[in-house]
Amino acid sequence: MTPLSQLLPGQYGKLTSLNPERSVDQRLMALGLLPGMVLKLVHTAPLGDPLAIEFAGQVVSLRLTEAQNILIDVAADCPIQRPRPQT
Amino acid sequence: MSAAEPGLTVALVGNPNTGKSTLFNALTGLRQRVGNYPGVTVARKSGQCDCGNGTKVELIDLPGLYSLSAASPDEQVVIDALSGHLADDRRPDAVVVVIDATNLLRNLFLASQLSELDLPVVLVLNQADVAVEQGLKIDTELLSRRLGGVPVVMSSAWKGEGISAVRRAIGEALRARVRMPAVEWPPLVEEALADVAAGVAADIGRAPGRADVERLLFDSTTSVGQRLGWVAARRDVVIRAARDKVRRAGYNPLAAEPLIHYERLRKLLEGVVQGGGNRTGGSAAVDQVLLHRVLGPVVFAGIMLGMFAAVFWLAKFPMQWISGGVDALKLVVAPLLDGMPMLQSLVTDGMIGGVGAFLAFLPQILILFLFVGILEDSGYMARAAFIMDRLFSWCGLNGKSFVPLLSGFACAIPGILSTRTIEDPKARLATAFAVPFMSCSARFPVYALMCAVFIGPNYGAGWESVVMVGMHCVGLLFAVPTAFVLTRFVLKVKPQPFVLELPRYQMPKPRDVLLRMWQNAAEFVSRAGTVIFAITIIVWALSYFPRDAAVAERVKAENPSVAEAVVTAKIQAAYVEQSYMGRFGKAIQPAFDPLGFDWKITVGVLASFPAREVIVSTLGVTYSVGKGAEADSKHLQQEMKDARWTEGPRLGTHIFSLAAVLALMVFFALCSQCGPTVATLAQETGGWKWAAISFVYMTGLAWLMAAAVYQTVSRIAPPA
Repeated sequence: MTPLSQLLPGQYGKLTSLNPERSVDQRLMALGLLPGMVLKLVHTAPLGDPLAIEFAGQVVSLRLTEAQNILIDVAADCPIQRPRPQT
Repeated sequence: MSAAEPGLTVALVGNPNTGKSTLFNALTGLRQRVGNYPGVTVARKSGQCDCGNGTKVELIDLPGLYSLSAASPDEQVVIDALSGHLADDRRPDAVVVVIDATNLLRNLFLASQLSELDLPVVLVLNQADVAVEQGLKIDTELLSRRLGGVPVVMSSAWKGEGISAVRRAIGEALRARVRMPAVEWPPLVEEALADVAAGVAADIGRAPGRADVERLLFDSTTSVGQRLGWVAARRDVVIRAARDKVRRAGYNPLAAEPLIHYERLRKLLEGVVQGGGNRTGGSAAVDQVLLHRVLGPVVFAGIMLGMFAAVFWLAKFPMQWISGGVDALKLVVAPLLDGMPMLQSLVTDGMIGGVGAFLAFLPQILILFLFVGILEDSGYMARAAFIMDRLFSWCGLNGKSFVPLLSGFACAIPGILSTRTIEDPKARLATAFAVPFMSCSARFPVYALMCAVFIGPNYGAGWESVVMVGMHCVGLLFAVPTAFVLTRFVLKVKPQPFVLELPRYQMPKPRDVLLRMWQNAAEFVSRAGTVIFAITIIVWALSYFPRDAAVAERVKAENPSVAEAVVTAKIQAAYVEQSYMGRFGKAIQPAFDPLGFDWKITVGVLASFPAREVIVSTLGVTYSVGKGAEADSKHLQQEMKDARWTEGPRLGTHIFSLAAVLALMVFFALCSQCGPTVATLAQETGGWKWAAISFVYMTGLAWLMAAAVYQTVSRIAPPA
């Protein structure tokens, strides 16, 4: 399992868990991001933060700090498997 | 609030980026009323909508939102409006839910939540043209059947298609009053809801609405409890027990609502939508360029440069026409009032000048909102925020702060008005507070005059540019820490997560953009405009009265053989010196003495409250150069170069020394010496509190920094 903040652009996988106590996760759930759903990291901003993710046909941006606790199970067929190098 | 006749009201709700405002404009035409909800800075737009068969309703365009769990003031307004808890509004008679036809599932979540409000509902599947392009087939009849027969219509507000079907559907909803069936909660959740309802009823003595009960059970941040007057201590006990029940049903209480609603919707949509594949296709390709690590910022910089150039440079032409028109009007009106000097001055300098003062802002406001409208409606604004966010997030602002701050370098007023694009109330307030620190174009003549008087002649043009650039950085230097402290330590509002949808790109609709420009300009004129007018009149009166004819006689007697123009200028100077403004300036000059300001500069500072650049013409009058002097007046520059202290410890030294010139520029870079800005801040922050804080803080900071500069520089380079 990889934190969303460590995904590379193009990487995708299944959302394993959200923390409903956090307001970011509540927002994402309202947008229809629920555990088990596939999401893809589509962009990182030029300065490395925030990120843009795609799920259920929509693109949504969120900050790195907000993405740290969102865990992704990178899909087995995803061409990129390694996590983003830690900075 | 509206009308004596209690007509029907219908609320328009929906997710952001669904074309809701375009639909609103199409349904109501140009006859719209824009106001504010009491106590919050959320715009209230309403208009009349004809639903056929002689039925006319008041249509209210509520702010866009994704969910009823309120986090921002915008969202709170929607919840309060729909449940009839807004002070001046009745509960609407029906709700039109605008839905993006290309993303039914997510958009229906809000509709599903709204079903608990027990109001007749119309579902409008908008942007139908895009859905067709994407190959989506939607069975609206099946959807309507599964939703208990509520009207479901397709429309494309952008193309003006399906508008009359929407009108008919609203009429039908008001007649048949069909509700959308509420979600079926699992038994234990249903029990928990009943427990909360019973708890409320027991404590406040009346049964709460179903929607309120759901907010209490499912939201951690809801303000429904306070609104109902339910004591927090009692509330916590009941809600904790009820949430335990939800947990026993196998749901996290804070996640139960989306999980159960989305589960319901997934079943409901089976067989309703067919086809469609790559839903983000076209936009995704554009984003490969516009969000590219290198190209993205390049395009962004180009767009912003174009916007700034338009606001800063292009607006100058209409501004010149306005000031030319105002001057011409003065020339036409003045002879009509010959023989009545007081009235003549009141009408020309006070009233016409006052109207001109706020009209002069309109070109910049209109041009900026042209850009803001295009950027927002096209979907680029969200990308701009995405690119810039990192630069602002660390000091509590966000990517959307960039446009207001940049336009602040042209003028703070359009800058503050454009903070409306920032959803997060905390970041919005902090940005509005930081905008006046940006060195606006009205400060430019002040810097230019000071450079021409002292820096240029003594150090050359090279240093003049260095000082000019430096002064533009001074404000920025203080704005950033101010925003940081404000968001970190002062504003106690909970920060909002920066979850921002990057919507599909779309061609902006000219009517929507023009309407937005018009509405913002009209609101500025009717709200801040009146205050600006009043300030101009007050400052005029203070500089005009008292007007003892003996003063003019004395000046004439003292200068028997001097040219008439020179005598006129001397008379004007004498009048200002003994006016209330002049007397007040002399009285408080000691407060500005540590900054090296004499009474003439002090009067200039005070008289420039209607607009910063007025200090230049005020100095023109007090230095007997005559009215209407500008920064490039050689006469005024020479008078100022020659000016020396005539009393006190600095006797005989130049007033405009290096220390004084730098102190004056730093003072103007930081002070809040601009009535229109203060009035606009009050308009946009919903009261005078933040405007007053901004004024005191900026002026205090300006005094401190200018005093520090004067005291330091005058020791290193003593005035000669």
